[in-house]
Amino acid sequence: MTSGDGPLFVVDRCSFGYTATPVLAGISMELHPGRFYGLLGPNGSGKTTLLDLLTGAAKPVDGRITLHGREVAGYDKAALARLVAVVPQDLHISFDFTVYDVVMMGRHPFIPRFSQPAQEDIDLVQAALAEMDIGTLQHRSVLHLSGGERQRVLVARALAQNTPVLLLDEPTASLDIRHTLDIMKILRRKVTETGITVIATIHDLDLASVFCDELIVLHDGSLYCHGPVGSVMTAPLIREVFAAEALVFTDELLGKPRVQYRYA
Amino acid sequence: MTRQLTILLLLLLLLAGLVTIATGLGYIHIPVGQVIEIGFARLTGNPPPSGIDSRFPVIITDIRLPRIVAATLVGGGLAVAGGVFQALLLNPLADPYTLGVSSGAAFGASLAIILSLFGIALPLSWTVPFFAFAGALATLVVVFSLAATDSRLSSNTLILAGVIVAAILSAGIGFIKYMADEEVSIIIFWLMGSLVGKTWQEVLLVLTITLPCLLVIFYFARDLNIMALGEKTADSLGVESIKVRKLLLTVATLMTAGCVAISGIIGFIGLIVPHLLRLLLGADNRLLLPACFLAGSILLLAADTVTRALLPHEIPIGVLTALIGGPFFCYIFRKRQLGRGR
Repeated sequence: MTSGDGPLFVVDRCSFGYTATPVLAGISMELHPGRFYGLLGPNGSGKTTLLDLLTGAAKPVDGRITLHGREVAGYDKAALARLVAVVPQDLHISFDFTVYDVVMMGRHPFIPRFSQPAQEDIDLVQAALAEMDIGTLQHRSVLHLSGGERQRVLVARALAQNTPVLLLDEPTASLDIRHTLDIMKILRRKVTETGITVIATIHDLDLASVFCDELIVLHDGSLYCHGPVGSVMTAPLIREVFAAEALVFTDELLGKPRVQYRYA
Repeated sequence: MTRQLTILLLLLLLLAGLVTIATGLGYIHIPVGQVIEIGFARLTGNPPPSGIDSRFPVIITDIRLPRIVAATLVGGGLAVAGGVFQALLLNPLADPYTLGVSSGAAFGASLAIILSLFGIALPLSWTVPFFAFAGALATLVVVFSLAATDSRLSSNTLILAGVIVAAILSAGIGFIKYMADEEVSIIIFWLMGSLVGKTWQEVLLVLTITLPCLLVIFYFARDLNIMALGEKTADSLGVESIKVRKLLLTVATLMTAGCVAISGIIGFIGLIVPHLLRLLLGADNRLLLPACFLAGSILLLAADTVTRALLPHEIPIGVLTALIGGPFFCYIFRKRQLGRGR
C-alpha cells in the first residue's frame, strides 16, 4: 500500500436520501488504514447506506467522500475493485455456479478478459476457501448450500479479491457461533498481520467491542459518535442509541469493554 | 478449459454432420457421399465432379442450403438471445420474447400482410421481414422508455413493461386478424413460424445482424457471470453492470428481431435450449452461450429437416420444436429433480 500516513476515507458533510427526511445527514469522519472498524446502529439507522456511499454504490446527495484523497465517484470501477472488496447483505446467487467459481469471481478485477486464472489467482482462491472452512464444498453448487455456508462463500470471495480495504454488511448475520467467531478472528488477524482496513456492520455489540479497534455509531441517520472501542462502548450509549439496558464492564484479559444485556 | 473445448467441438461436429445429412434429404434424395463431393467442389471453386446428376448442385446450393443455413442461424440466434435474457434478468424462465419483441414483430408482419390484402401492392417477400424487424425494434424502444423511470432497469420493471406492451400489441394483432377476414390464414401461418423458401438474400440479412451481435455477447460473457452475484457485488468487482445490461438487452433483442423477421415466431428454442444446457453444463456463460448457439442450430435444423423432408406434409416449425424438445426437457428436468432429492 502506498497510502502513506494520510487517512483512507474522508467523509465530508455527507447526506443521502431523496425525500424530505434524509437517510443520512451531515456525516463527517476520517477512517484510517490498518484498523478494524465496527459500524453500529439500530435497524434503519443508515448503516447499509453509509457502506454504499463508501463503496461508490450510491453517490452522496450532498458533501463528498474521498478515498486516498480522490473522490470515490471519480474512480474507474475496475481500479476501485482492486482497492475495495464488498460483501453485501444480500446472499442471493441466481445461477448454478460452483463454490469455487464464485470465489474465483473475486479475482475478476485482476484477470484480463479471455485469460485463464494465473497460479497466484488459484492460490488466493484456495487460501480463501481454506480460511472460510469451505474447501470441501468447492465443487458443490452454490444453490444447494445452507445460508451460513453461502455467507462464508461470499466472504471467501471478498478475501480472494485480496484488497487493502474490505467492507462487509453484517458478515455474521446467518452464522452459528463457531463460524461467527471464525470470521471475526480471520478479519481481526488480517487487520493485525497484513494491515488491511476492515469496515463491518455488526449487530452484536459484545462481538464488536471485542474484535474492533474503533466503533462508528449511527443513530437516526446521523453520526452519534466515533472513536476507540473503550471510549465509545458505554451503558448510556446503549440506552440512548439502542434503547436497551446493559452492563458494560472491562474484560481485564482482553483489555476491552464487554457488554452484558439485562433482560429484566 | 479442455472440457469446454471438447464440448464445443462435439457440438460443432454434430451440427456439421446434421447439415450434411439434411442437405441430402428431401423430395429428391441425394446420397451423403455426393453431398460432400459437391460441397467440397464448391468450396474449392472446382466444377462439380462428373458422374453426378447435373440437377444436384443446383438443388443443394440454391434450394436446400439457404433454408438450412437460415435454420442454423435462426435457431442459434434465438437460443443465445434466450440465454442472454435469462442471465440478465436473473430469471431462468425468461426467453428472447420477454420484452415483447415477438408481439412487435408479429404486429409488424400482420400489418404488412393486411396492407397487401387491402391492395397496397408491395412485394410481401420483403415487406414482411422489414415490417417485422421494424415492429420488433419499435417495441424495444417503447419498452425501454416505459422502464426508463427505473434507472437501474431492474428485471421486474422490464418484464412488466414487456408484458404491458405485448398485451396492447396482441389486441392490435387480433384486430388485424379480424379485418383480414377469410385471408387470416396467411397471418396465422406466419405467426407459427416457417423457414419455407428462404433465399440467400434473407440468410445474408440475418447473418449481418446476428454475427456482430454474437461477437458483442461473447465478449461480455464473463461480465454476465459476475452479474449473477447481483448488481452491487458485480459493480464492486469492476463490472459496469447497468451499462452492460442496457447494451446486452439491446443486442439480444436486435438479434431476436433479425431472426424473427425471416422466420416468424418460433417459440420454445430460446427458452429451453439455454435452460437445458445450463442444467447439463453449468452456468458459466463463456461456455454456455457458444454451446447455446450450436445446440439451438442443431435443434431447429433437426426440426426443420423433419418437417421438410420426412413428414408427408409440412407442419409449422414452432409446433415441431416443442414436440421434439419438450419430452427431452421433461426427461432431463425429472432426472435433475430426483437427483437433487438425495
